[in-house]
Amino acid sequence: MSRVTKFAARDSGPAARVAGFAAHLRANGLRLGSAETALAMDALAAMDSFAPDDCRRALRAVCVGCRDEDEQFDALFDAYWMDMGRVRTRVIPVPPQRGSDDVHSSRDAEGEASGGAGSATAPDGGDGEADSDGEGKLIATEVRNLSRRDLRDLVRPEEIAEAERVARRLGAALRDRRSRRRIAARKGDRLHFRKTIRRSLASGGEPLHLVKRRRPDRTRKIVALCDVSGSMSVYAQVFLAFVAGLMRADPLADAYLFHTRLVRITETLRDKDAMRAIGRMSLMADGFGGGSKIGFCLDRFASTYARRFVDGRSVVMILSDGYDTGAPDQMRDALGTLRKRGCKIIWLNPLKGWKDYEPVTAGMSAALPHLDLFQSANTLDDLAALEAELTRL
Amino acid sequence: MTWRDLQTQMAKTGYVASDDLSVALHLAISLGRPLLLEGAAGVGKTEVARTLAELRSTELVRLQCYEGLDAAQAIYEWNYQRQLLAIRAAAEDGETGAAVENRIFSREYLLERPLLAAITKDTPPVLLIDEVDRADEEFEAYLLEILSDFQITVPEIGTIEAKSRPIVILTCNGTRDLSDALRRRCLYTYVEYPDAATELAILNARKPGLNQRLAQQIIGFVQKLREEELEKVPGIAETLDFAAALSGLGLSDLSEDPAALQHALVALLKTQSDQASITTEIAQRIAGKAA
Repeated sequence: MSRVTKFAARDSGPAARVAGFAAHLRANGLRLGSAETALAMDALAAMDSFAPDDCRRALRAVCVGCRDEDEQFDALFDAYWMDMGRVRTRVIPVPPQRGSDDVHSSRDAEGEASGGAGSATAPDGGDGEADSDGEGKLIATEVRNLSRRDLRDLVRPEEIAEAERVARRLGAALRDRRSRRRIAARKGDRLHFRKTIRRSLASGGEPLHLVKRRRPDRTRKIVALCDVSGSMSVYAQVFLAFVAGLMRADPLADAYLFHTRLVRITETLRDKDAMRAIGRMSLMADGFGGGSKIGFCLDRFASTYARRFVDGRSVVMILSDGYDTGAPDQMRDALGTLRKRGCKIIWLNPLKGWKDYEPVTAGMSAALPHLDLFQSANTLDDLAALEAELTRL
Repeated sequence: MTWRDLQTQMAKTGYVASDDLSVALHLAISLGRPLLLEGAAGVGKTEVARTLAELRSTELVRLQCYEGLDAAQAIYEWNYQRQLLAIRAAAEDGETGAAVENRIFSREYLLERPLLAAITKDTPPVLLIDEVDRADEEFEAYLLEILSDFQITVPEIGTIEAKSRPIVILTCNGTRDLSDALRRRCLYTYVEYPDAATELAILNARKPGLNQRLAQQIIGFVQKLREEELEKVPGIAETLDFAAALSGLGLSDLSEDPAALQHALVALLKTQSDQASITTEIAQRIAGKAA
């Protein structure tokens, strides 16, 4: 959805119009500062021609910063300069809407709803689907659940605080990957020439004190993928709290939700107000509690986000029961691709905790060879108990 | 010089640049801004810098980035061994401490690494910072000072200003997300795989003696092959290798000898699973479509 503006006819001269264009791009999510506006003017001046296509190319080189923006640019350019947008009218600013729970937390510290009933994201009532799951019907469904569920109904603030503590401990357990960059240290495997010589000046050029260099340990990056399909809704409470806690505890962590689609929720969850973050997340996870296409979502992840955010220092944590409606091959291929990025893959399956559980579902057995760790986890305590396993990874 | 002139000149040296890329290069030169090129491996990002250096008949200073690259390897380092010897020699001559210190922390004892070398040249060179996304985020911070002010601060000497502003080209292929600060300082162009006409022009520029009919078939074949589900999509360098392989095998038509075509595919397909997925039948089908 691009917001449309075009230059207003009353704008004087090219500078105002270019500034207007920069504002138009900013309104559509491109990250531009005033320095870029000035640079855009210089760029236009450096082009000898004022043919629309030349200007388009010049402005593209200046304003665009990554591939997504590159793809948007043509439409934005046309909207502004080619008379395809409309002049944004400056009317009296509309007062911010009250009572919308999209953005504001509607709960007090105890987790009780403070606002009135009847909002668009009202949690499911006592007889709704929220309670009808968890009767052992383990059938993956293909349909997207269109009724919206409020995740805030599932997660309580105190649980997030608890999850934050667990996430911190897990993060600490994973912190064991040696860096390639060496730093000065008392004990190390190589000499730190620079420091040694600096010190030797004090003792008349005699290097009495040898400073060494060693490789420090680096933190690992946790990437959490949480399944929120129908079959998982019994466990969603724990996992969502965990993901929310993780994001608050670890500034490097990355989080995604998936059901029939994959949604990145990293930025959403980095909100100071935990409940507001969860509220936003439930809007993004539209279709929560519906079917699951694990293979498809993992494939999506492996071919898009993983390329940017997953490297040899990452630990990919998949929180899912493995009930997939797609082909098992797709899941295997996706995990294979992901693995090639050099990351560790952990699968936490709530069903594994069950007595006599065997990973016999086609998808799960296809995934097994690619996993570094396959563990059960139903509760926050279970997650905390993983600490020992993760240290060994 | 307009960007059209630049484009024609580059074409003469054998690099066929798209319009977007030519404009971006033209602006990078005339505004003195670094240019960030992003795109899949093998679309000719590195080659841009080489061509530009050739065109302006200046030196190409290349910095290949890798994980763990630090200031000592990219910017400068003190020649510690030499300093140590100088200190020893000075002790025997009875030189004063201050004099020795002044001497061993002078430019003479400084080892220039690519970034420092690039800004101290008399004629502006082309500085290629290749695969910048492979370097760590910490390294980006070093780059920022150099890219915005073209100066390097050595604590012992002071700030070294650029004698001439190099033309800076950075390439990346999405190993990691670059910081906004770095992106902001650069002009940006996404380099796509070339379309059939452009790729044919490149092939003709690089392999002038090639049979026209075969050249068209090769381009058709590679373009169709890129639409297949491959792990590593072949780039332009692979196309050129493929053409060389085919002419080396003495083929003048793709459908002439299926076995020879299959052998030549080693130039295009670079992973085991890709080679397994393009069987002789599939290769023939693609060749049939391309003809």
